[in-house]
Amino acid sequence: MSKKLVEVQHLKQYFHAGGSMFNPKYVKAVDDVTFYINKGETLGLVGESGCGKTTTGRTLLRLYEPTSGKVIYDGKDITKVSMLPYRRKMQIVFQDPYASLDPRMTVGDIVGEAIDIHKLAASKTERHDKIIAMLERVGLNSEHANRYPHEFSGGQRQRIGIARALAVDPEFIVCDEPISALDVSIQAQVVNMFEDLQQDLGLTYLFIAHDLSVVKHISQRIGVMYLGKLVELADSYELIFHSVHPYTRSLISAIPVADPIKSRESKRIVLEGDVPSPVNPPSGCRFRTRCRYATELCATQEPEFKEISPGHFAACHHLDKVQ
Amino acid sequence: MSELLLNIQNERLSFFTPAGEVKALNDISIQMYEGDVLGIVGESGSGKSVTAYSIMQLLPHTGRIIGGTIDFNGHRINDMTEQDMRKIRGNEVSIIFQDPMTSLNPVYTIGNQICEVIKLHTNKNKKQALERAEELLSLVGINEPRKRLKQYPHELSGGMRQRVMIAIALACEPKLLIADEPTTALDVTIQAQILELMIDLKEQLGMSIIMITHDLGIVANMCQKIAVMYAGKIVEYGPVDEIFYNPQHEYTKGLLRSIPKLSEKEHNRLVPIEGTPVDMLNPPKGCPFAPRCDSCMKICLREMPQYTTINDGHLSACWLLQKKEFMQGGEEN
Repeated sequence: MSKKLVEVQHLKQYFHAGGSMFNPKYVKAVDDVTFYINKGETLGLVGESGCGKTTTGRTLLRLYEPTSGKVIYDGKDITKVSMLPYRRKMQIVFQDPYASLDPRMTVGDIVGEAIDIHKLAASKTERHDKIIAMLERVGLNSEHANRYPHEFSGGQRQRIGIARALAVDPEFIVCDEPISALDVSIQAQVVNMFEDLQQDLGLTYLFIAHDLSVVKHISQRIGVMYLGKLVELADSYELIFHSVHPYTRSLISAIPVADPIKSRESKRIVLEGDVPSPVNPPSGCRFRTRCRYATELCATQEPEFKEISPGHFAACHHLDKVQ
Repeated sequence: MSELLLNIQNERLSFFTPAGEVKALNDISIQMYEGDVLGIVGESGSGKSVTAYSIMQLLPHTGRIIGGTIDFNGHRINDMTEQDMRKIRGNEVSIIFQDPMTSLNPVYTIGNQICEVIKLHTNKNKKQALERAEELLSLVGINEPRKRLKQYPHELSGGMRQRVMIAIALACEPKLLIADEPTTALDVTIQAQILELMIDLKEQLGMSIIMITHDLGIVANMCQKIAVMYAGKIVEYGPVDEIFYNPQHEYTKGLLRSIPKLSEKEHNRLVPIEGTPVDMLNPPKGCPFAPRCDSCMKICLREMPQYTTINDGHLSACWLLQKKEFMQGGEEN
C-alpha cells in the first residue's frame, strides 16, 4: 500500500463577495472537499470553469488561506504553519505561460530565483550549473538562460515554468491547466515530459484541467468537481468507463470524439442550462437544476460523498436510477 | 446537384509588417457547394482564421491579397469596394467569433444589436425588426426572448452570449456562416449545446458552414469535408472519413496520433510532433512541415510538393505521395 503524501480534509474556501457588514455574501469556491494523493501518483481534477478546481489547487498550497478544513502534507498538518520549508517540496505550474513569467527577468534568473530564496547553491558557479541542468531537463539548452521570455514560443515558455518549479527539487507539483494554452501538437510534448519527469524524479502531481481526455491519459485517479464540490472520484479507467454520477456522464458524453463513425453513432447527453452562480448555489444537491434524475429529495438534502465500491466515491441520491 | 457557393482559387495573402512580409496564405484553393459543412483545422498561426477573414474582407490594413481569386455567390470578392462588401457582410455571409465575451458591444442592449443588422439589410421598420429579433432569440434557444432583448451582454452567461452572436449572424439568413472557433472559450457541456444548435439550424435553414477549429473532435462531429492547414498551406483536403481513417499527409497523421483518446482502455504513450511551429517571418523554403517531419527527404527542403489525388476529392501535398505515384507509374512501364 502506498503512502499518502497530500491529504485534504473538509477543505473550504469562501471568498467575500459583497453584501452588508451583518449579512455578508460569499462565493463558496470550494465547499467541503476531501481527498488524498498517494506518493508518486497523479490525481486529476476536472470540471467546468468556476467549479473550484484551480482554487482547490491553490488553497492546497496555501496560496489562499483556507476558510476551514485541513491540509496534511506527509503526515503533518500544514494548515497553520509557516510555508517556507514546504514551498521547497510543493510547487505549482501555472496555466498561462504568457502571464506567469516575469517579462523583465532572464530565463536564468526566473529559474534561479527559487534557488536563491531557498539558498540551494553555495556559489555562483553552482547556481549556474543548477540552472543549466534544469533547463536541459525540460528540453531547453544553456543558451536559453540569457534570453527573455518573449523570445520563446508557448510550448517553450511552459517548459520554463516547469523548470522553475523543478529548481527546488520538489516532491509534489500542482499542475494548474498546464497545457490548455498550447497548440495540439505541442500538448503531447508537454504531457510526455510530465510523465518522464514523474518517472525519473518520483514526483506526485495534482493535475488540474478541463480536458478530460488529457486528464485520463496522465492520471491514475480522477476527481470531478461541480460548483465547489467533489461529485465523483475514482480510478481513471473506472471513472471513464463506469461512471455513476449523472454529471460525470454528461461531461464524458459532451466531449466530441475525434472519430467520425463513432460520433455519428453515439447519442449525446446534452445538459440543459448553465452552471448556477456559486454565490447562490442551489439547495441540496448542487447539480439538481441541470440533472434529469432530480427529485424533491435532491432539493432538500445534500447527497453524501460516499464510497460505492472500493476506491470509487460519488455523491448522488439516485445512483440506482442512473443507467 | 447543389450549386457552387464559394470558390477560392490559388489565393495568396501577405501581411506587410515592419519586420517583413508574412506570407499568411500560400496558394489556397477551396470549393464549397451549398449545404456543405467544411472544417478548417490547424494550429495557431496556420492561417485558418485569415482564410475566413479574407472571404469577409475583414483584414487589417497591413494584409493584402496578392494573388488568386475569391468568388462567393456570384460576387468576385477581390474586386469589391468596401461599400459593396457592406451589403454582403451579415447578409449573405456572416461570422461568429471565438470570444463571445468581447464580440458584443457592452453599451448596447441585445435587442439593439440584433436589430442593427436587420434594419441595415432589410427594409423592416423598428417594430418589425424587434419582432424578428425576438423570433431569432427563440430560434437559438434563449428562453424569455422578450425580456432578453432589453438586457445588456454582461447580464448573460458565456453560452447565452454565443447564442446571441449566432442569432445576429443568422438575422438575414446568410448562405454561408463562418464560425471561427465558436466554442473554444466555452465549457464542454455548453460547447455541446452550441454545436447541437448549429447542426439543427443548418438543417432548418439549409445554409453552409465553415467551421474553424483546432479541435479534431468537433470537425469529426460536424463536418463533411476537412481542410488541414499548416503554415499558410492546405496540406490535406478531403471528406471527413478519408481524413480520419486514411490520412496521407505526415502532419495530419501526426496530429491524429498526438491526441489522447478517451475510449482507449490502456495507457499508450502519446506520440507528439516534435519541434516547434514555423516562424512565419522566415518560413522554410520547401515543404513547411519538413523540419518537423520524420520522413523528411532532401527534396522536401528544396521544393513545395504538388497535390496528389488519393481518392475522389481527397488531396494531399506531400513528396512521399508523389514518390509513390512515380514508383507505381514506373512499374507499369
